[in-house]
Amino acid sequence: MFDNFLFIGFPYTAVAIAIAVTIYRFWFDPYSVSSQSSQFLENRKLFFGSVPWHYGVITILLAHTLALLFPGVWGLFTANQTRLYIVEIIGLAFALMTTVGLVVLFYRRLSNARAHTVTSLWDWVLLVFLLLQVALGFWVAYYYRWGSDWFLHTAAPWLISLLKLQPNITYVTALPFWVKFHFVGGFIIILLLPFTRLVHLLVFPISYLWREHQVVIWNRSRMN
Amino acid sequence: MDIRAHVSMVFHLDKCIGCHTCSVACKNIWTDRKGTEYMWWNNVETKPGTGYPTQWEDQEKYKGGWEREEDGKIHLRLHDRAKGLSNIFYNPALPTIDDYYEPWTYDYENLFNAPEGDDQPTARAVSMITGKPMDNIEAGPNWDDDLGGSPVYAANDVNLDKLTEEEREQLAEIERVVFFYLPRICNHCLNPGCVAACPAGAIYKRGEDGIVLISQEKCRAWRMCISGCPYKKTYFNWSSGKSEKCILCFPRLESGQPPACFHSCVGRIRYLGVLLYDADMIEKSASVSDEELVAAQREMIMDPFDPEIIAAAKKNKISDAMIAAAQNSPVYKFVKKWQIALPLHAEFRTLPMLYYVPPMLPILAKTKDGTYDIEGLNQEGLPAMLSSLEKARMPIKYMASLFSAGNVKEVEAVYRKLIAVRIFKRAQKVKDYQQAEVTEALTQGQTNPDEVEAIFRLTSLPTYEERFVVPPLGRESAVEAWENPLERKTEAGFGVRNKIAKRKF
Repeated sequence: MFDNFLFIGFPYTAVAIAIAVTIYRFWFDPYSVSSQSSQFLENRKLFFGSVPWHYGVITILLAHTLALLFPGVWGLFTANQTRLYIVEIIGLAFALMTTVGLVVLFYRRLSNARAHTVTSLWDWVLLVFLLLQVALGFWVAYYYRWGSDWFLHTAAPWLISLLKLQPNITYVTALPFWVKFHFVGGFIIILLLPFTRLVHLLVFPISYLWREHQVVIWNRSRMN
Repeated sequence: MDIRAHVSMVFHLDKCIGCHTCSVACKNIWTDRKGTEYMWWNNVETKPGTGYPTQWEDQEKYKGGWEREEDGKIHLRLHDRAKGLSNIFYNPALPTIDDYYEPWTYDYENLFNAPEGDDQPTARAVSMITGKPMDNIEAGPNWDDDLGGSPVYAANDVNLDKLTEEEREQLAEIERVVFFYLPRICNHCLNPGCVAACPAGAIYKRGEDGIVLISQEKCRAWRMCISGCPYKKTYFNWSSGKSEKCILCFPRLESGQPPACFHSCVGRIRYLGVLLYDADMIEKSASVSDEELVAAQREMIMDPFDPEIIAAAKKNKISDAMIAAAQNSPVYKFVKKWQIALPLHAEFRTLPMLYYVPPMLPILAKTKDGTYDIEGLNQEGLPAMLSSLEKARMPIKYMASLFSAGNVKEVEAVYRKLIAVRIFKRAQKVKDYQQAEVTEALTQGQTNPDEVEAIFRLTSLPTYEERFVVPPLGRESAVEAWENPLERKTEAGFGVRNKIAKRKF
């Protein structure tokens, strides 16, 4: 019963709330959508935290997503022992990098008086859950080895069953406690997204790659 | 040809007395909120000096503006598009608060609440960011004010790099120390680096008048504009997480008043008016060699009396009132007609629309046997007292580094004309110069008595209406109806409509 809540009820609720609040926030309070960078106040520690954290977490999330979207290709790729080793080692390295980066960021906001002043309660909540989630991810990857393979037979089919609106939790109910915790943790982060500065990942300015350098806005059309 | 109108500016440095009234007027209206304490959208610098933020002109460090490649193309010095996105997690060229100064106040309450003791209670300095006491205040607003000749500030001016060792030493010599003031606001450039660097596309130029603004709702604190602007005139609000900059007091302009810094200027050094320019020439003018930059920028400005230009302007929906304002523009006269106003650091290639009339240079004189001795006072040629160019204390190369991208000829031509004005008027009023001397000065300055009188008139005796020719901007009918643009001003600035909660997110 409790598993039903953790792996069906909670994920759907978290995603529904996240979508609703995101829309609300973008519509009614666009001013608040910001990465709230604090680099202006503290520069050095940020470099050693922000760079490994962001590049690490982007790579890790990309790997999760690819394995989820293309389980066949991913499965074929990791079927070879050498390639499996390589994927595991790269994964562990990035997980470590992500965790270390986040620890530095956490320490920075605690120790630097300037960074501390611009840290809100929500920032702390987010930091704690992110740290928990990535540390747990690293632990799971290290302790329950070959996750890049067993992910395909546990989390992936469960998540796809959720996406298809035909939830099937038999794939995940028998897993160890820490692994389950990591799964649920992912949805906690999704739930936190619209309530925190994490929304900035939704506005990553990819259009900078092709937009015109200069932006001119006319108050009225010049042509008619 | 794509004719557009631009509200442009001239600062006449000869008249600046460094009183900072402009800065205070601006601060009281626009940057009196939390997170903006350290911002001076208008600031007045002492030159030679390191400025605000410290050594802002050093683009090796701050990576502002545009750079010209071998093939004559220009690119942002800060980043190309891909690098712009990959540096988004950490901007290596971002100045930090310490490059400006940490704002502070004093703990006045302690003067009243301190318990009885042996010592007089003091009001300690308290940081306005952290609220903690500050023991060492290392920088503040106008920290290097009037410190010409200082080995810490004046000597580290980036523009001195172009001078010889001898010239640099001379600048620090007692009795020869020299400095002048450089008031700076946003240049509202034609090819702005801040706009081009913004990943979110939150910064834009208003088509009708050229004012550069930052949309507070689109800004996501990617903080690239701060590096992209070579003049360091976009500022990061550390509290709201938004960049902010000079808005050229557009709410005042739209109601027919000049910006507050212009209005309050005690020395009346500021002029505001419309320029018509050809927007098709922007890229070309920003891409010529350093030597040609000033001339190329002047080339873009069009004659508002030329019927062809007027027709092209009308085709672009520029109103008759705007064209009339361009015809009366004092800026047009200084920049294009008389050619005595120059852009600041044209080599940044942003095509700034704020122009400066360079200050006259004091002559190289010393006290000798108790009298003020001017070298060559009794020599042949133009009287040394006013034709100070060759004997100037401030080397002409320094002025060229500031105002003409290093092209000495451009600055020299300006000075020859300014000297001609002085000699002509002196001969007229004091009558201690010969006609031959006056004629020679006029020839050297490539000018004539009529032009000299006009320059003199607009320099010394202009009325309020002559200094500020504010065009009717006609936006009031088209701008979306703000309920009350001042409603959220204390929390978030002018024009913000939504309630800004104390940041929870």
